[in-house]
Amino acid sequence: MDKKVQNHEGCCTDDNLSGAYSGQQEIVIQPSMPAPVQDEVCCGAPPGPESNPFERPGYVLQRFVKDFVDTPVGPVPSIKTDLDRNDLFGKMAVRWGIHRDNYKVAPGLYCVGTPDQNAPVLVTANYKLTFDVFRKELGSIHAWILVLDTRGINVWCAAGKDLFSTTEVIQRVQLTGLAKIVRHRQLILPQLAATGVSAHRVKKASGFKVIWGPIRAKDINYFLKNDLNADDSMRRVTFAFRERLGLVPVELSHLVKPSLWVLLAIFLASGIGSHIFSVGVAWTRGLMATAAYAAGILAGALAAPALLPWIPVRSFALKGTITGFICGIGVILIFHAALQFWEVLALVFGTTAISSYLAMNFTGSTPFTSPSGVEKEMRKAIPLQALAVLIAAVSWIGSAFAK
Amino acid sequence: MEKFRYLPGVSTLELDVQACVGCGMCEIVCPHGVFLLENSKAKICDLDGCMECGACAKNCPTSAIRVTPGVGCANYIIQTWIKGKDAASCDSVECC
Repeated sequence: MDKKVQNHEGCCTDDNLSGAYSGQQEIVIQPSMPAPVQDEVCCGAPPGPESNPFERPGYVLQRFVKDFVDTPVGPVPSIKTDLDRNDLFGKMAVRWGIHRDNYKVAPGLYCVGTPDQNAPVLVTANYKLTFDVFRKELGSIHAWILVLDTRGINVWCAAGKDLFSTTEVIQRVQLTGLAKIVRHRQLILPQLAATGVSAHRVKKASGFKVIWGPIRAKDINYFLKNDLNADDSMRRVTFAFRERLGLVPVELSHLVKPSLWVLLAIFLASGIGSHIFSVGVAWTRGLMATAAYAAGILAGALAAPALLPWIPVRSFALKGTITGFICGIGVILIFHAALQFWEVLALVFGTTAISSYLAMNFTGSTPFTSPSGVEKEMRKAIPLQALAVLIAAVSWIGSAFAK
Repeated sequence: MEKFRYLPGVSTLELDVQACVGCGMCEIVCPHGVFLLENSKAKICDLDGCMECGACAKNCPTSAIRVTPGVGCANYIIQTWIKGKDAASCDSVECC
């Protein structure tokens, strides 16, 4: 079907497409008249290439689509397995929380290579980052890719929210007409989807047997070659240094907005004194308090996650308390000449409380904390964190009156 | 995941060995190797490794496994305290 396009342009649904493809009314696109290259007088640079024959009115042809493969249910996009610059920019952006909640691909059936009726069906989420990580590993594979509508959320989180769910798998299998494309009745799902998908229910409702694939996309090649068997290590989540650091930017990006309020409060609290309020004092003392706040963020959202396995306590709030206390002491050493006792107390308590709270919140980003455990430590930690903030605020404001 | 251990003795995971048919699904889906199949019956071999994700219970064909599943996320739990379990959402928490 290369260089061919069917002739009624208003096609929209899969049904229309399949009708058009099975019909006889295909026309060959004529090579366009090349524009004269030297003709730059009135219209600037020479024009770009002509439209891709796969373009359809009202649709955007995705950059990751290489080709379309004809199937009994219509053309299925064949996707590229190498990432381009846009994919990498997109990845960097979402790591910093930019466009993160709307970074997705259209759900439905795709393929890699030239799959036939016996090719495996790999199921994944429609978060573009997940989709990219996945297709990057499929260079030497011929397979059908069933992308579920997980609202642009990754496999595990979507499974936890019941979006990568039993119902979604069953519905997507039916909507795509998968049963007409493959002769076998097997779906390979990433293991972490098991939180949301009940294999025996999928089998009952759709006739497709769920095979639990490896956790990580990079193991899919091995899994397929090894008769659909994964080694134990492919079935265990990891949380290596690099994986933990990859989560830090998003954690930091969440802090931007609340930090504006915190800084305002710091500025106001720092200017209060026996002179009622002084902008000059607010500035000099405010800078020191801001440094303590920044140290708390550094300790709780960067140091604690990075050093996670090496901080010898299990409670995350306690891990943050340790890193926070050390960073608080660091701040004191920098400003010690300008500080009196109550100010030292305020800065150390402030830094430690912020760090403890942020480290505690990092539980949401880890792959091993149980909700029962998190709730248990929170019940103890939150009152103490609040008390520490109170002590910090009272000491900080009070010390200004002692001067 | 031996390097990462969280608070011990808190998991709500329970296994009814009588109801187990030994299909081994729990052993496959658990991301922390909590289950082990011994003499055609599942066994909880590392209860404290459990993060209560619920994958095992969801995929047990005879409902022999019980666990209160959830997300181990402080921010989410704070929301359930403030707004109640139904109104809390991960959307405003943005953890995942």
